[in-house]
Formats: sequence, structure tokens, C-alpha cells
Amino acid sequence: MSATAAFAALGRPVLGALALLGRIALFAAETVSHLVRPPFYWREFGHALVQIGWLSLPVVGLTALFTGGALALQIYAGGSRFNAEAVVPSIVAIGMVRELGPVLGGLMVAARVASSIAAEIGTMKVTEQIDALVTLSTHPMKYLTAPRVLAATLAVPVLVGVGDAIGIMGGYMVGVTRLEFNPGTYLHNTVDFLESWDVVSGLIKGAAFGFIVAVMGCFHGMHSGRGAQGVGRATKSAVVSASILILAANYLLTELFFSA
Amino acid sequence: MIALRDVHKAFGNNRVLRGLTLDVPRGESMVIIGGSGTGKSVALKCILGLVEPDSGTIEVDGRDVAAGDRDAFLARFGMLFQGGALFDSLPVWQNVAFRLLRGSLKRPKDEAREIAIEKLRRVGLKPEQADMFPAELSGGMQKRVGLARAIAADPEIIFFDEPTTGLDPIMSGVINELIREIVVEMGATAMAITHDMTSVRAIADKVAMLHDGVIQWTGPVSRLDDSGDPYLDQFIHGRAEGPIEAVR
Repeated sequence: MSATAAFAALGRPVLGALALLGRIALFAAETVSHLVRPPFYWREFGHALVQIGWLSLPVVGLTALFTGGALALQIYAGGSRFNAEAVVPSIVAIGMVRELGPVLGGLMVAARVASSIAAEIGTMKVTEQIDALVTLSTHPMKYLTAPRVLAATLAVPVLVGVGDAIGIMGGYMVGVTRLEFNPGTYLHNTVDFLESWDVVSGLIKGAAFGFIVAVMGCFHGMHSGRGAQGVGRATKSAVVSASILILAANYLLTELFFSA
Repeated sequence: MIALRDVHKAFGNNRVLRGLTLDVPRGESMVIIGGSGTGKSVALKCILGLVEPDSGTIEVDGRDVAAGDRDAFLARFGMLFQGGALFDSLPVWQNVAFRLLRGSLKRPKDEAREIAIEKLRRVGLKPEQADMFPAELSGGMQKRVGLARAIAADPEIIFFDEPTTGLDPIMSGVINELIREIVVEMGATAMAITHDMTSVRAIADKVAMLHDGVIQWTGPVSRLDDSGDPYLDQFIHGRAEGPIEAVR
């Protein structure tokens, strides 16, 4: 293989990935432009709010509950090595609201919502329902994408907030029942060391992750290939790309919010 | 009148339309026939703007379809899709009244529902079926709902994409008859694509045969059997031997 062929083999996937990123960015920008231009389909928005927000509550709540409990056990075990068991309530709270609440909540929503959006829109594309929308003078981006993206951007921070509270409660339950913490002291330590920015930064992350989840679900659904295999591939790509983008965005936002 | 002039469209190396030229006069029913993959659907989608042609012009009543107000342009059309393309998440009546519930043709909800039920009745469905979901209907019923949706806003031009595909011969006959009746009573311009020769004879005033991306033959339906065109003859008689290469 010549040197240029080696460069070509390396460059082709890089260029492909960059082109994909560009298409996703343009898709996201077009979605935002449809959000600020009438008409807005309120009924679709309400439906998406229920699907994305309300119906994700059990999944996000259970994830937060077990994570909060496990976190309390881990911090207790780690902290006991240098006699710092007392930090369990505050570290559980800070860990949940800053990091684990938004990231795990975002990932669970990605698994549940990005997949269902991609499968639904992908099937609509394969069965010509998207073409039918156009012939009925309805812009598919306005009717399908804009309401879902706005609903996810608003619903996921609420889910994260609820998840934070449930996660802290999980830590509290383990702390009080298994680690022999005094209930009053546990709650006191939780509230004392938690700052409002810890909570707000997590909610902002939640909004960003909600946006990513819905955009990736819609993007891959709209670009789904033909047949069952095409829809399957779109669904898989939506979940994988939303998850990776959530983790990357989490690092960037953490750097932005908390680096000195 | 719909006029296509020298329309070309390729998907990668696959040149589907290679200079398609066709006129559909106002109030006429034109049926395009041709083998699978010859570009019949692409031609319809080019007219509606769902697919952008690489070159050539498409005009409706002398106006380029790519220019001007898209909403006003599309409001003149109704389309029956091959698989129905009904929205699964909406009940039947909201599918039919979709255009009447939003956009420039928006009506009050009660009025839109009334129109939808009237159109459903016109295609032979009962008012009780208006509140069912598409998945609860048989293939023939879904086709009827698709037809009711296509005519809901009284369009001037109606497109039919393979209207009888997947239906039994009797249901195909019923749908063909309905299409013919509706097109005549509305005075609409109709354009259909199909492989089904019974359908062609039932709904066409004129027939055009698409082969290799161009119109191979066009003429009135009455000339179908004595056209003298070997391509058309092979197609309508379903012969494996002839100028059209059949992959075995």
C-alpha cells in the first residue's frame, strides 16, 4: 500500500464523521429555527411531553434510587479508610445533583426515548407517512421534530430534578438503615453542604441532554434506510450517538461550569 | 394542465428518468404504466416536489412547481399512497380531515369531522369507523381511508400510486370503480401509476408507458390493444419474451 493510500484510508472515515457531525448540526439548527417560527403544533408537543417526561419517570426514578443507595455504601466504605464516614450525606447529594442525576437520567432517557423516536419516525418514513405529511402541506420538521425536541429539552431537567431527590432519598435510606446514621443529622448534612449552583448546573445539563436525545432520535429517524433493517439501524444509531454525545457534552459542561 | 419537459433524475449511478416528457390535460385521467423500477413513482414525486429533478421543467397550469408558495400549490393536490400512508397515531377521521384541522384550510373541529365522515361515507365506510385507528382496519378499508383523505379538501389534481396493490381482485374492482366515479364527479385531473391492467382499463382516459426513463408510448386507453408498439404489447400481455429484457 502506498503512503497516499494509507492517508486516504485514514482520512475517509474522519471526513465521513465530520460530514455527519455537520449534518447533525444543521439539522439541530433547522429544528431550532422551526421552534421560533409559527405554526407550532401544541397537541404534538403535549403528547411528546407525556411520552418523554411522564412515562420516563419510573425508569429515571428507579435508576436514581439504586444509584443513591450504592453511592452511600461506596462513599462510606471509601471514607472509613481515613475516618471520613461523616461526609456520606454531602457527597451523595453533590454527586447526585452535579453528575450522576443528569448523566444517568440522560442515558436512561436516551435508551428509552431516542430509540422510540427514531423507530417511530423511521417507520413513518419507510411507510411514506413523511411524504404524506408534505403532500398535506405540513412540514415534517415542524410537525414531528420541533415539538419532540422542545418537550425533551423541558422535560429532562424536571426528570433530573425528581431523580436527584429520589437519589438523595436512596442514599438516606441506606445511610439510616444500613450505616446507622442519625436521620436528622443525615438530612442536616445534606442540606448544609449543598449549594444552589450544584442543583442548577445539573438541571442545565439535563436540558442539554434532553435536546441531544430528541435531536438524535429525530435525525436518525428522518434519515432511516428502507425496510425493517433500516429502521433497526436508525434506532441503534440514535441510542449510541445520543449516549456518546451526552457523555461528551457532560465533560464540556462540567469543564465550563466548574473548572477554576 | 401538468407538463413535464425533458425531466432527468438519477440516484447515484442509477439514471431513473432520462428525459421524461409528458402532458396531462386538465380534467383528464392519465395512467402511467411500466415495469418495476422504471421511475413511475419518482415521476409523481418530482411533480409534488418530494424529489428534486436533476434537470428539466415541471409546470402545472404554466407555473413552475419549484417556484412560488408551496402550501398554496400543494393545497391543489390530493394523493393516495401505495400503502395508504395513514398516520397510525391518529383516528381515521383525523387522518381524513388532517388538512382541514391545520394550516391554511383549517376549519372548526366539528365541521372538519363532519366533512371527514361525509368523505368516508363517499368511499363506502360507516361513521362508526371514523373513530377507529388505521391498524384496526383491513387493507381494503385502509385504501378507502387513504382515498377519502386524498379527496377531503376537494383537490383539483389527484395522484394515485399503485391504488390496487395488495388487494384481492374484487376489492381492486371496487377501488377502481370508486376512483373513476370520484374523478368524474369532482372533474379533477387524475394521474395514476400502476402495473394492474384491469385498473388501467377502469380508470384511464389516456395511458403512457414509461420504459428506460422515457415515455415509450402514449395514447388513449381505447388504442391500448392495437397500438402496434412491441414494448406496450409485451407489457400488457405479460410476455416474458420481447424487447423488454426480463431478468430470470
